Amino acid sequence: MQISMTINGTDVTREIEPRVLLVHFIRDDLRLTGTHWGCDTSNCGTCVVLMDGQPVKSCTVLAAMADGHTITTVEGLANGTTLDPVQQGFMEEHGLQCGFCTPGMMLTARALLDYNPHPEPLEIREAISGQICRCTGYATIVRSIQWAAEHPAGAAPETTTSESTEHEVHA
Amino acid sequence: MTILEDRPSNPAAGDHDRPIGHGRMQRKEDPRFVRGKGRYVDDIVLPGMLHGAILRAPVAHARLVSIDTTEALAHPKVLAVITGTDLQALGLAWAPTLSMDVQAVLVTDKVRFQGQEVAFVVAEDRYAARDALELIQVEYDVLPPVVDARKAMDPGAPVIRDDLEGRTDNHIFDWEAGDKAETDAVFASADVVVKQEIVYPRVHPAPMETCGAVADFDPIDGRLTLYETTQAPHAHRTLFAMVSGIPEHKIRVVSPDIGGGFGNKVGIYPGYILAVVGSIVTGKPVKWVEDRSENLMSTSFARDYIMQGEIAATKDGKILALRTNVLADHGAFNATAQPTKYPAGFFHIFTGSYDLAAAHCTVTGVYTNKAPGGVAYACSFRVTEAVYLVERMVDILARKLDMDPAELRLKNFIKKEQFPYANKTGWEYDSGDYEPTMRLSMKIAGYDELRREQKEKRERGELMGIGISFFTETVGAGPRKDMDILGLGMADGAELRIHPTGKAVVRISVQSQGQGHETTFAQIVAEEIGIPPEDIDVVHGDTDQTPFGLGTYGSRSTPVSGAAVALVARKVREKARFIAAAMLETRPEDLEWAKGRWFVKGDPRVGKTMAEIAMGAHGTVALPEGIDGNLDAEVTYDPPNLTFPFGAYICVVDIDPGTGHVTVRRFIAVDDCGTRINPMIIEGQIHGGLTDGVGMALMEIIEFDDEGNCLGGSFMDYLIPTAMEVPDWETGFTVTPSPHHPIGAKGVGESATVGSPPAVVNAVVDALAPFGVVHMDMPCTPARVWEAMQGRTRPPV
Repeated sequence: MQISMTINGTDVTREIEPRVLLVHFIRDDLRLTGTHWGCDTSNCGTCVVLMDGQPVKSCTVLAAMADGHTITTVEGLANGTTLDPVQQGFMEEHGLQCGFCTPGMMLTARALLDYNPHPEPLEIREAISGQICRCTGYATIVRSIQWAAEHPAGAAPETTTSESTEHEVHA
Repeated sequence: MTILEDRPSNPAAGDHDRPIGHGRMQRKEDPRFVRGKGRYVDDIVLPGMLHGAILRAPVAHARLVSIDTTEALAHPKVLAVITGTDLQALGLAWAPTLSMDVQAVLVTDKVRFQGQEVAFVVAEDRYAARDALELIQVEYDVLPPVVDARKAMDPGAPVIRDDLEGRTDNHIFDWEAGDKAETDAVFASADVVVKQEIVYPRVHPAPMETCGAVADFDPIDGRLTLYETTQAPHAHRTLFAMVSGIPEHKIRVVSPDIGGGFGNKVGIYPGYILAVVGSIVTGKPVKWVEDRSENLMSTSFARDYIMQGEIAATKDGKILALRTNVLADHGAFNATAQPTKYPAGFFHIFTGSYDLAAAHCTVTGVYTNKAPGGVAYACSFRVTEAVYLVERMVDILARKLDMDPAELRLKNFIKKEQFPYANKTGWEYDSGDYEPTMRLSMKIAGYDELRREQKEKRERGELMGIGISFFTETVGAGPRKDMDILGLGMADGAELRIHPTGKAVVRISVQSQGQGHETTFAQIVAEEIGIPPEDIDVVHGDTDQTPFGLGTYGSRSTPVSGAAVALVARKVREKARFIAAAMLETRPEDLEWAKGRWFVKGDPRVGKTMAEIAMGAHGTVALPEGIDGNLDAEVTYDPPNLTFPFGAYICVVDIDPGTGHVTVRRFIAVDDCGTRINPMIIEGQIHGGLTDGVGMALMEIIEFDDEGNCLGGSFMDYLIPTAMEVPDWETGFTVTPSPHHPIGAKGVGESATVGSPPAVVNAVVDALAPFGVVHMDMPCTPARVWEAMQGRTRPPV
C-alpha cells in the first residue's frame, strides 16, 4: 500500500507492506536511525516520536496509521544547527549516558513543554513515566527538562558552561 | 536534591579532592547523541545485507527428535536455514564459554533451557526472517526439568549435561575461601550467633539496547568484520579466532555506540556466532538483533544465589566472624564471565567493611534448566551478592542486639590506620576511611531526626523504615598473574600520539556503554600533559584501531585503563622533556614542568609548550640519541592490586499498610571512589546504580514455573523502575585516593548497584519491625510485603 506523511517537515510517500510498524518504517525505509527500538510491548518508550505534536510509541503504531499525519523524530528537533533547548538541557545537566533512550525522552519533553512551559518536577516525572532509562536514574533527566523550561530560547554557547551546578555534598 | 554552590576546600583531604582534568565538563559524546546521530549496531546497514532470526525452544528440557526446514527454505525471501546438524559439520555446534565449559550454539541433542537456540534463518528482511521461523517444524520429546537449584543435586535428578562425558549429576564446582577451623572456633565461643537464609534472586541487566551483530565475511581475502554489542572487543576477537578458525589478524571487531551493557554484553552469545556463520554461508553481510524477550530469556542473567548466612558477635556488639554456604544456580551452561581462578567471582569479599577475627565461605555451583550466565548487571564479579549478605546480616544482628544499625557499623569498621588491610579471605584493601563517609551520610540524612520521626509514626501505626548499607567494593581486575579470562591476563593497553600541531589522539582497549570514556579519558590525558580535553580524541571500540586489552566490566575502566592512559601520558611528557631540552639547547634535568610546558628552572619565560614540542619532535630539530622523531608512546598496564571504593547509603521508605506498597521517599548516597575525574559523570553513574538497586529490591525478578517456563520474559513481567518509582537522589562524597593507582582513582560504575539493594531491603524490614519481620527476600513487592505483615514469610511475588 502507499502512504504519505510529513516527517521533520519533509513530505514523504512510500510503498509499504500494511503490517510494517512505524518504528521500522522510520528506521529502515527512511533511514532515520535516531528513533530506537527497545521492547515489543510498548513499555520502554525508546521508540517515542511525535505524531501531530503528541508523543506516540512508534513500535505500537502501524506506519499506515501515520498516513496523512505529521511526524517529528529526534532528527527534526533542532532548527538547522541550533539545538532545541531540550537538547541543550540534556547536555548541560547530564540527562543521558548511553544515549539509547534519549531521543524518546527528549521528544516527550518537547511535547510536555509545548503543553506546559513551566512543569513541576513531579509533572516531568509523570510525563516520562512511560519510558525507561537504565543509566541515569531519571534525576538528571528531570533537571535537563527543567533547564530547557528555564531557557526557552536556549543559551548562547559561551554562557552554557558557567552555569554548571554542583549537586553533591563533600565532607 | 542537595545543592552546594561552592564546594568548600577540605584541608584534611589536601589537593587530592580536586577533580582531574577540568572536573565537571560536558561530555564530548553528547552532541551526536542528542541529535539522534549515535551509531548503534542496529543502525548499521551494509550493501546487500541480510537479516537473521533465531528459532528458540518453547520448553526447558527436551530431546530434539527432528527438525524439518523444508517449508522455511521454500519461502521466497529465505536464503538459508541453519540447524545444529549443519553446525556440527562445521565443528561449530558447541562454543567455549567464559568459564571453561561449552555451550550449544544450536541444539543438536537436547534442549536445556526455554528460549535456547534451535535454528537460524537468514532472509532478505527482518519480517521475512521472522515469518520463516513459523515454517520450521520441530519435534521435541519433553523431559522433566530441574528448576529449583536446591533439588539439582537430589539423587535421581535429571542429568542436564549428559553431553559432557562421564557426567552423572548437575554439580559444577565447590569453592571456598577463608579458614573454616578458625571460623568455627570463633563461632563456638561467641556470645551471640544469628543465622538467616538470604536469597538473591535471578535478575537481568536488561540494557535498553538488546544484543546484536552485523557479520561481514569477505570470502576473497578471508576477512571477517564483526560489528557487535560487546563490552570487550579484543577478548571477543581472540575468542572468535579460537572458535571459528579464522586467523586473528583477519578478524576486526567493531563495537560502535552501545546502548547500555551492565555486564549483559560481556559474553559471546550464539546469535553473534550465527550471524558470522550466516555471512559465511550466504556470502553477504548478515544482521542479527534479538528482541526483548530473547534478551531477557536467553542472555546473561545475574545473581541467583541462595546464601545461608551466619554472623557471630559479642553481646556488646563486636562482630567477630561471618560464615556462609552458598548454592549458586548457573543455569544450563556454566557461562559466567569471571577470572578463571574465581568460580564465584569476588564473592569472598563478603567480610565487607568490618574488622573480623575470622571468616569462611563455601560456594557450590549447580546446573539447572535455565538460561546461562551469572555474572552481569553491574555486579563487580559477585560483590553485589557479598555486600547484600553482609549488610543484611549486620542489620539482623543489630536487631538481635537491640542496637542502632548505624552504631553497630561504626563500632566495627576497619579503622583508617589499619589500611592497607588484609581481610580473612585473602584480599588486601588498598585504602579506606569509613567513619567520615558514614557520618556524612547520616548528616545529610538527618539520621537522628529520621529516627525520631519514625518513633512518632510507629506510635500512630504508620510504617516508616530507615535502611543503611555500608559497602566496600573490589574493582579493577587484574593483576594479570592472578586474574585471566580463558588465559587472557586482565591488563589493558593505551597508545597516545601528539600530532605536530599539538592535538592528540589516545587509543584505549576498553569500551564505553554510556560511561563517557571519550570525555574522562581525554580529561586524564589533559591533566597529565596540559593539552585541553577538547583537543584530545579518544578512540575505542575497534580492534583495528586500538591496543589489546580486556575491556569494560567489573568497574575496571578507570582503575585499569585509566591508569594506562595516565602512564602513557606521563611517558609522552617525559619524552617531551628531552625534545624540549634539545630545542632549548639545554639539559633535560635543567627543565621543570608546569601548566602544560617544560621550562628552564628559575626562568619560566624560557620554555616550550606541548604543541611546540610536538612540532619540534616532527620537525628538523636534532634529537638526542635514543629519541624517535615523534611524540608518541604506548603502555600496557598490569594493575598491582584491585581498588576498593566504598560508600554509605541510607534509604527511607514509607509502606502503605493497606496495600503493602513501598515508596522510597529519600535515598542518600555518599561515595568514595578515590580521586575524582568528572564529578558530573560520577554522579550520573551513581544515580543509575541506585535505580538498579531500587529495582532489584522492589520489582525485578526472573522467575520460572515448575515446567521451567520463564516468567520474566518481557517488560510486562520484568518490571524496571520508571521516574515515578525513584526519588530525587541525594549524593555526597569523600575522597580517599588509591595508593597504587597513578592518579589515585578507584572504579565507581557499579558501586551503587552493589551498595543500594541492602539499604532498600533493610529499610523495608525496619518498617515492618512492628510485625516481627526480621528478613524478607527481594523483590519486596506489595504482595510479599503484605503477606509478611500477616506473618507469612515466603509468599509469592
